[in-house]
Amino acid sequence: MSMVNLKINNMDVQVPAGTTILEAASSLNLKIPTLCYLKDINAIGACRICVVEIKGVKNLAASCVYPVAEGMEISINSERVLKSRKTNLELVLSTHNRRCLSCVRSGECELQELCKDYGIENETVFAGHNFEEIYDESAKHMVRDNSRCIVCRRCVAVCSKNQAVSVIGANERGFKTHIGCAFGAGLGEVECIGCGQCINVCPVGAIYEKDETDKVWAALHNPTKHVVVQTAPSIRTALGEEFGMPIGTNVQGKMAAALRRIGFKHIFDTDVAADFTIMEEASEFIERFTAGGTLPLITSCSPGWVEYCERFYPEFIPNLSSCKSPQQMLGALIKTYYAKQKGIDPKDIYMVTVMPCTAKKYEVARTEGNAVEGIFDCDVSITTREFARMIKRAGIDFVNLPEESFDNPFGESSGAGDIFGRSGGVMEAALRTASEWISGKPLEKLEFEEIRGIKGIKEATYKVGDHEVKVAVVAGLANASQVLEDIKAGKRDYHFIEIMGCLGGCVNGGGQPIQTARTRAMVDVPGLRASVLNNQDKVKKLRLSHESPIVKQVYADYLGEPGKGKAHDILHTHYTKKERF
Amino acid sequence: MSKKVFPFKGTKEQEEQLNVLIKEHVGDSGALMPVLQGAQNIYGYLPLEVQRVVARGLNMPLSEVYGVVTFYAQFSLTPKGKHKIAVCLGTACYVKGAGDIFNRIKKNLGLDGNEDLTEDGLFSVDGCRCIGACGLAPLITVDEDVYGKITADDVDGILEKYKKAE
Ligand code: SF4
Ligand code: SF4
Ligand code: SF4
Ligand code: FES
Repeated sequence: MSMVNLKINNMDVQVPAGTTILEAASSLNLKIPTLCYLKDINAIGACRICVVEIKGVKNLAASCVYPVAEGMEISINSERVLKSRKTNLELVLSTHNRRCLSCVRSGECELQELCKDYGIENETVFAGHNFEEIYDESAKHMVRDNSRCIVCRRCVAVCSKNQAVSVIGANERGFKTHIGCAFGAGLGEVECIGCGQCINVCPVGAIYEKDETDKVWAALHNPTKHVVVQTAPSIRTALGEEFGMPIGTNVQGKMAAALRRIGFKHIFDTDVAADFTIMEEASEFIERFTAGGTLPLITSCSPGWVEYCERFYPEFIPNLSSCKSPQQMLGALIKTYYAKQKGIDPKDIYMVTVMPCTAKKYEVARTEGNAVEGIFDCDVSITTREFARMIKRAGIDFVNLPEESFDNPFGESSGAGDIFGRSGGVMEAALRTASEWISGKPLEKLEFEEIRGIKGIKEATYKVGDHEVKVAVVAGLANASQVLEDIKAGKRDYHFIEIMGCLGGCVNGGGQPIQTARTRAMVDVPGLRASVLNNQDKVKKLRLSHESPIVKQVYADYLGEPGKGKAHDILHTHYTKKERF
Repeated sequence: MSKKVFPFKGTKEQEEQLNVLIKEHVGDSGALMPVLQGAQNIYGYLPLEVQRVVARGLNMPLSEVYGVVTFYAQFSLTPKGKHKIAVCLGTACYVKGAGDIFNRIKKNLGLDGNEDLTEDGLFSVDGCRCIGACGLAPLITVDEDVYGKITADDVDGILEKYKKAE
């Protein structure tokens, strides 16, 4: 690799050719501010907040897209640079909503932070005519409020490049340029699949999840309701970030303690439901594999992926596992098995789910496949961010909470259930169980290394009993699209595929704590969160779903055999082709 | 932006022409612009129904097609009238009262706010950039006819001619 020598603020630095000035400065621990730039996703040089001065070059350069050259001399904070950045900020603010007090992102907004850093003393110097406000709340999971949008296009890039959904774009030109759907349609009218990835990359408060915490509070305050809660595997990997804890801190114990203090009757772990999902999905796989059913079997735990399949690849609906997601399975068990055990009318149970995912808001509202006629398996789904807001509103000192546990009967999961929260986890958990079932022998090694890690498409062939099983693990819908197209073209061929809507899996879901563009560029956020789950699995004695005592008990007392009778009735669902816009 | 919705009245022939056009360009990297120009020639404008066919035909997101259509002033989302009125809003015309003329035309035709096409489809009105005949400012064109050095009071008379001819 050829290297380039240059000077930044009079310091010598050597970087590989092709490096941008922004990255070169970063290697000296110098932060150049950015707004539109998002590593690997958006580099369009549009906002010009990142300008620097290059000796001998007339115009200031946008450092996020400007490559280094031999002998360059750069100042990243000359007088001219600082002035230009400040003016750019003032111009951004001229058409901005500016009501920080009522903005969800206040305190964690990239624009607000820059205004502080650059000493904006009057946010209305250039205040003029604001663009016609577009407030879109047509989607179930999120709101778009253009009055706070700075047209950086990070959301547009993630929706198209990572997710291959592309329902938002930049419309019109010049002063009228704004982000929206085709023909001014609402997000709820187009093929938005609800993943929320756009929210996670937005630098400001222009897009955010629909806050449903008021519904939870109302249920908690209603004495006739028996309010129970479940938390997905990946919540414990990220919730701490909302309280200033380092990325990758496991807060399972504090999380349980917080839920108890908020006032939930019983606190359950979605990880336990994941063990039930494995019982059903491993049986479904073995059944299809041995009896010549539709293959490849494709997982269905990720509601963003399921929506995507129904809209863009309906021809693969027969491949989708009929298993409900762990969230829905636990809801179903709570409204049937648990209700019966406790002698409570399922109508009086209110099931709250805490999920890393905005698409789960769609999943709870699905009318097909609910276990008890006329009532939903789960009543409301809130994201990690909404949950953090509840904790704050309840006045809980999260960081200093003691470590507490989940409640029985759905409180103790296997390690296989825990790893559901990261890409490759569902496949690994299913393979552990399917292998032991098919071969009748215990596995020597429980880690399936080939399908771990952050790559978007991973593949491997495993020997299961006497059979070769070809598997793929796919994360992010652009990757899913590529794999499905290749399958259609005969270029790929598998028996079993895990697909997650978001890169890295649920740990990186659209409902997780938001990290700035800079943090995302510097650290592997999904990887650190995933390591929490891998570590949790590694130290457990119970690492196989089918060995879980509660799983065995519920099948013996209530469900019967996986995939049949009662288990099939309440733990499975179906899917329908959906029209495109 | 609630504009009046005009029911789409595309014909089978138009659809065939569009499909042929798309086939000619599919696979080219710069296919979108020529296809949109051609589609606008076929239909006179680019409604959802047409943009959808273009998007699916070229295998690209509708949002991207719409972004391009709204970026370029040459493309129109609404149908044009039988008679197309253009009011020059270049600097010379503007300082000589083109704004008043524009408003008077809209008033005469009963068009509110963003509306630019009459209910009966007879007239559509648009502002346009300087057409290079500043000596005649302020001016408007109706189809191929140019009317220069007019005032707002001349508007009713000019439009009347076209209404009568129907
Ligand atoms: S987006 Fe940021 S700057 Fe704008 S109102 Fe919200 S917090 Fe304030
Ligand atoms: S939620 Fe996902 S699919 Fe919907 S607009 Fe955002 S990124 Fe695109
Ligand atoms: S909504 Fe957010 S991410 Fe999208 S363009 Fe606006 S400011 Fe950028
Ligand atoms: S132009 Fe470089 S961050 Fe926007």
